[in-house]
Amino acid sequence: MKAWYSVAVIVGVVLAFGFSSIEWSRPPVQSVQEGYRGLGMVETRDLRQYLANPAIDKLPPPIPEASADGPRAGELYQNLKVLNDVSNAEFLRLMTAITAWVSPQEGCNYCHVPGNLASDDKYTKVVARRMIEMNRDINQNWKDHVAMTGVTCYTCHRGNPVPANVWFSNPQADTVAGQNHPSAVTGFTSLPMDPYSTFLATSGKDAKSIRVISKTALPEGNRASIKQTEYTYGLMMSISEALGVNCTYCHNSRSFFSWDQSSPRRTVAYHGIQMVRDVNMTYLQPLKSVFPANRLGPHGQVPQLACATCHQGAPKPLMGVSLVKTFPELQQFPAGNAEEDASETPDEASP
Amino acid sequence: MATYQNIFTQVQVRGAGPEEGVALPVGSLPRIGPGFFDYWLGKIGNAQIGPIYLGWTGVASLLFGILAFEIIGLNMWASVNWDPIQFVRQLPWLALEPPAPKYGTQILPPLQEGGWWLIAGFFLTTSILLWWVRTYRRARALGLGTHVAWAFAAAIWLYLVLGFIRPLLMGSWAEAVPFGIFPHLDWTAAFSIRYGNLFYNPFHMLSIAFLYGSAVLFAMHGATVLATTRYGSEREIEQVLDRGTAFERGALFWRWTMGFNATAESIHRWAWWFAVLCPLAGGIGILLTGTVVDNWYLWAVKHHVAPMYPNVFGTIADPALGVGQ
Repeated sequence: MKAWYSVAVIVGVVLAFGFSSIEWSRPPVQSVQEGYRGLGMVETRDLRQYLANPAIDKLPPPIPEASADGPRAGELYQNLKVLNDVSNAEFLRLMTAITAWVSPQEGCNYCHVPGNLASDDKYTKVVARRMIEMNRDINQNWKDHVAMTGVTCYTCHRGNPVPANVWFSNPQADTVAGQNHPSAVTGFTSLPMDPYSTFLATSGKDAKSIRVISKTALPEGNRASIKQTEYTYGLMMSISEALGVNCTYCHNSRSFFSWDQSSPRRTVAYHGIQMVRDVNMTYLQPLKSVFPANRLGPHGQVPQLACATCHQGAPKPLMGVSLVKTFPELQQFPAGNAEEDASETPDEASP
Repeated sequence: MATYQNIFTQVQVRGAGPEEGVALPVGSLPRIGPGFFDYWLGKIGNAQIGPIYLGWTGVASLLFGILAFEIIGLNMWASVNWDPIQFVRQLPWLALEPPAPKYGTQILPPLQEGGWWLIAGFFLTTSILLWWVRTYRRARALGLGTHVAWAFAAAIWLYLVLGFIRPLLMGSWAEAVPFGIFPHLDWTAAFSIRYGNLFYNPFHMLSIAFLYGSAVLFAMHGATVLATTRYGSEREIEQVLDRGTAFERGALFWRWTMGFNATAESIHRWAWWFAVLCPLAGGIGILLTGTVVDNWYLWAVKHHVAPMYPNVFGTIADPALGVGQ
């Protein structure tokens, strides 16, 4: 009998180690069938997280809608560059909302010089102006990804002046293969730690192709290496972590590359990758000279976006709650604005 | 007798001292140690530990093995800037990575960029091959068949295909497996993804069948022998020539439950072939991947292996096709 006690102790120690060292979802976990039966195309939901999403409870209180009539803000204020055409009431409402979304603790003075609100002396104001344009660009030109839900400052900021989930290139990834250290980005795998710099911050000749799987049964010239595949795998893990979903949320895992077997969500994700890359290159990277050194990353990089910046663990940011509905001034560029076509052509360096 | 029915040996039989073995041929290295008894190891096997015979091949194999182990370990330690705490904490993630694709099959790329991987691989392979020679020669010295050596060779075949033969055929060391705990597992998953799902590779299927088959056969055989131990079945090889009641009962059990029974000798041939065919078939599957077949799923579709299912999502097209190429 004594032997069985020792076996029981060993089993107990192993279980205790397993439960304490790995992240688990406590029951109830719901498995929702998405694809054809028997294919394992299921979405697994940790109901505790799914039903009681803390992000929803913390939403800033709605602000009563403002009249679109009256004098334009551009006529009343100096040094106004992107919000000239909105009414004074809308302008003040938006400023109030932005304060609640971005700097609820710091207030107006996080961006504005007290006593001289028109001044561009604080870099934060210059960045904020560009971010308003980015907001409009996303809501107007990237409906393939954000649909009618759209985004506001709050989608990323959540009350933080610097969004919690921006990224910088990882200096640890400068080693030989850029991998083989634990990294939260890729779900604590040993996959390449910085799939973002490669896939979400460059395009054209510099960009590696996300697509590595052959489209032909026999070798016909696809030279994608295993190491390159690991980069793609790392990016996919980061998406999975950012959205809190498994592979089969988008893919039929028996054939990851086949579009005809994928869920329609994969198309949405595809446009998301294009969108993030475009936004990083069009809006964030050019702000490098505006940011002070302490806001730049270890390689002197500007903070940039990835999926987690908006999604923050949810399949849809804020579980699909749309804050932009009552902010028409964030939904699109004013008619005739030159920025309108800023990102009409998604990059052809396709994933 | 009931005390004998246990995974732990209940009765340890010991002579006056450790058994020394017959005298070695002239010119051999000596056996190491006088040997001793260990009560706890005696619980799960023979209580006598040693003496051990290493010989020239054993000594050389250990030296090369230690060299490879040190190179791998020191490279891992260097990757955390020689921080001993981080070395322990991150150990499962750390690796010695093969060279980047740009180096092709260059004999010695810069040490930090895969050169060490090649050196470690060379030493490890030398060590393994020397150990193989040792298993072969020890079997011969004892007047045994060389079944163990050839079974070991089957495993070495898979190891060489993964780390040497296939990378050579692909023209790139980068195709090979990294040395590392999680890294080699992530490599395996990435390998399957890159080549369109290895589960559709028929040699992978065979390999899995032999792997799981080996486990089933092992369980059946082990259970049969244990169940007939009370009739003396642990002397199973004697019973090849002289069937006793233990064997007869075991055979009847299987004939009555599944209609067929192996013999006391043939069951070991079954087990040996199942075990050997697992890495043999697996190695062929790996060798064909990327060299002959580039997407196993599409290969399986082409040959009507992969079934088609109703498309419940409607037509999903590649969005990149709409973008100007």
